[in-house]
Amino acid sequence: MKRTILVARKEILSYFISPMGYIYLVIFLSVTSWLFMRGFFLMNQADMRDFFTLLPWIFLLFIPAITMKLFAEERKSGTLEIALTMPVNEWEFVLGKFLASFLFFTFSIFLTLIIPVSISILGNLDWGQVIGSYIGTLFLGAAYISIGMFASSLTKNQVVAFILGAIITFFFFIIGERLVTISLPQGVASVFQFLGLGYHFKSIARGVLDTRDLIYYLSFIAFFIFLTYYVIKEKRP
Amino acid sequence: MIRVEGIWKAFGSIQAVKDVSFEVSKGEIVGLLGPNGAGKTTTMRIITGFLYADRGQVFVKDINIEERPEIVKREIGYLPEDNPLYEDITPYELLLISGKIYGMDGRRFKERLKTVVDQTGIKEVLTRPIGDLSKGFRQRVGLARALLHDPSILILDEPTSGLDPHQILEIRNLIKELAREKTVLLSTHIMQEVQAVCSSVIIINKGEIVARGTPDELSIIAKGGNLLHVTFKGDEKEIRQKLQSLTFLEDIKFVGKEDEASTFVLRGPENRDIREEIFNFAKDYNFPILEMRREKATLEEVFLRLTGGEA
Repeated sequence: MKRTILVARKEILSYFISPMGYIYLVIFLSVTSWLFMRGFFLMNQADMRDFFTLLPWIFLLFIPAITMKLFAEERKSGTLEIALTMPVNEWEFVLGKFLASFLFFTFSIFLTLIIPVSISILGNLDWGQVIGSYIGTLFLGAAYISIGMFASSLTKNQVVAFILGAIITFFFFIIGERLVTISLPQGVASVFQFLGLGYHFKSIARGVLDTRDLIYYLSFIAFFIFLTYYVIKEKRP
Repeated sequence: MIRVEGIWKAFGSIQAVKDVSFEVSKGEIVGLLGPNGAGKTTTMRIITGFLYADRGQVFVKDINIEERPEIVKREIGYLPEDNPLYEDITPYELLLISGKIYGMDGRRFKERLKTVVDQTGIKEVLTRPIGDLSKGFRQRVGLARALLHDPSILILDEPTSGLDPHQILEIRNLIKELAREKTVLLSTHIMQEVQAVCSSVIIINKGEIVARGTPDELSIIAKGGNLLHVTFKGDEKEIRQKLQSLTFLEDIKFVGKEDEASTFVLRGPENRDIREEIFNFAKDYNFPILEMRREKATLEEVFLRLTGGEA
């Protein structure tokens, strides 16, 4: 546990040492705020539903950008060899990286709180729904991160890691959307809907914390963390 | 300290290491010598626990690396090939994180930090990003990281590659100094390095060990006997004729003539010093010896011979 935190600490350090971390935060906040505010003043309602509808789509590009370097960079520079010949086991290494990306992601989401705070000054905001949506966002983000991390473990090329991460995430997001399920037979459609990342997000965002949604996200995340662990253990150098 | 028992490792269809076994005892500096792609790095990666052998076992201080990797990794300080380092942090941050991973408390860390910074001479670059450092300093930072937890074994994969001659000397001296209290296994494809630093050599080629011994022992293996270069004053034909009467000589070769001097290369039986006999021969027949030297094969020749001239 202690070494997991050390790995995470080193990783967070490198998010903030390079300009990349700051550039990411600035672009992420600008894009989300702009896309949301564009419609917000037209609608003229103290409501953030549009914001949370946008997020899963924005994350498709932004989260693979957080995770792409996690392992690809270590493979490329050879530092994987340093890390894994120190007394850090593969679990601690993978979990530490996941934790670091999740904390960085959480920080970026925390910064968007300026939006609901501003809106609540302008009108009567339903805070229950907003909090539910934020909790859903954290689960959704963690799931995306687990996929992005897995993609990064497969290659030494960050661009490949980014594209692969985006494609796998898109797949798991889109299969549960109406766009796909509408053309499927009833039984299959409900399975696909259950597997889709967005369906559970919407469910939590409604403000209802259903254990099924939590179990779905936790097992989804655990599955991709395990895959990453497996790749790191087996695919060397 | 290190016992490698019949390890095999393949990458796809390429057999990188074939049945490699050796032991490294306490206090030795053992050089793994071989051409590029011989399996040196793979062998070292298996010993450090970065790769798993397909077959065979590695014991460090009698502990199996695959069974207790956490314990074995604490005993080893490893400098990988090309010395990979996290470029965006500073040497101090790198050492701090390493220290914590090895479970050092603040006092122990300070103490070790001072020692390794003095040993490797990196004080002036401690707070500069590693990515900005020169190759020589990077190598020292890599060594400092490998030494920080005071391991009893050092595994160094081509520790001097890419350095200038001055830096090479410095690193070699540092390795020799460290070897006073540590066991060292280093790999190289540079012969002089082995002769300059190592107490024992393992020559590896195409994944197999082809020879093992001290640099001197290997010289004898390569030549299969001992050679004497002798320059006599006198006529070549006459000298040759008289030399042929010495029955213990296995081979007599005329090399060259200069004024009145004739040079021969004489091969004597293995493990027999023929210098005195040659001296007496020269005295008896009155061929003054102008020069005499025993020729030993250089490690380079041993290496080329054993690895089929691929170096």
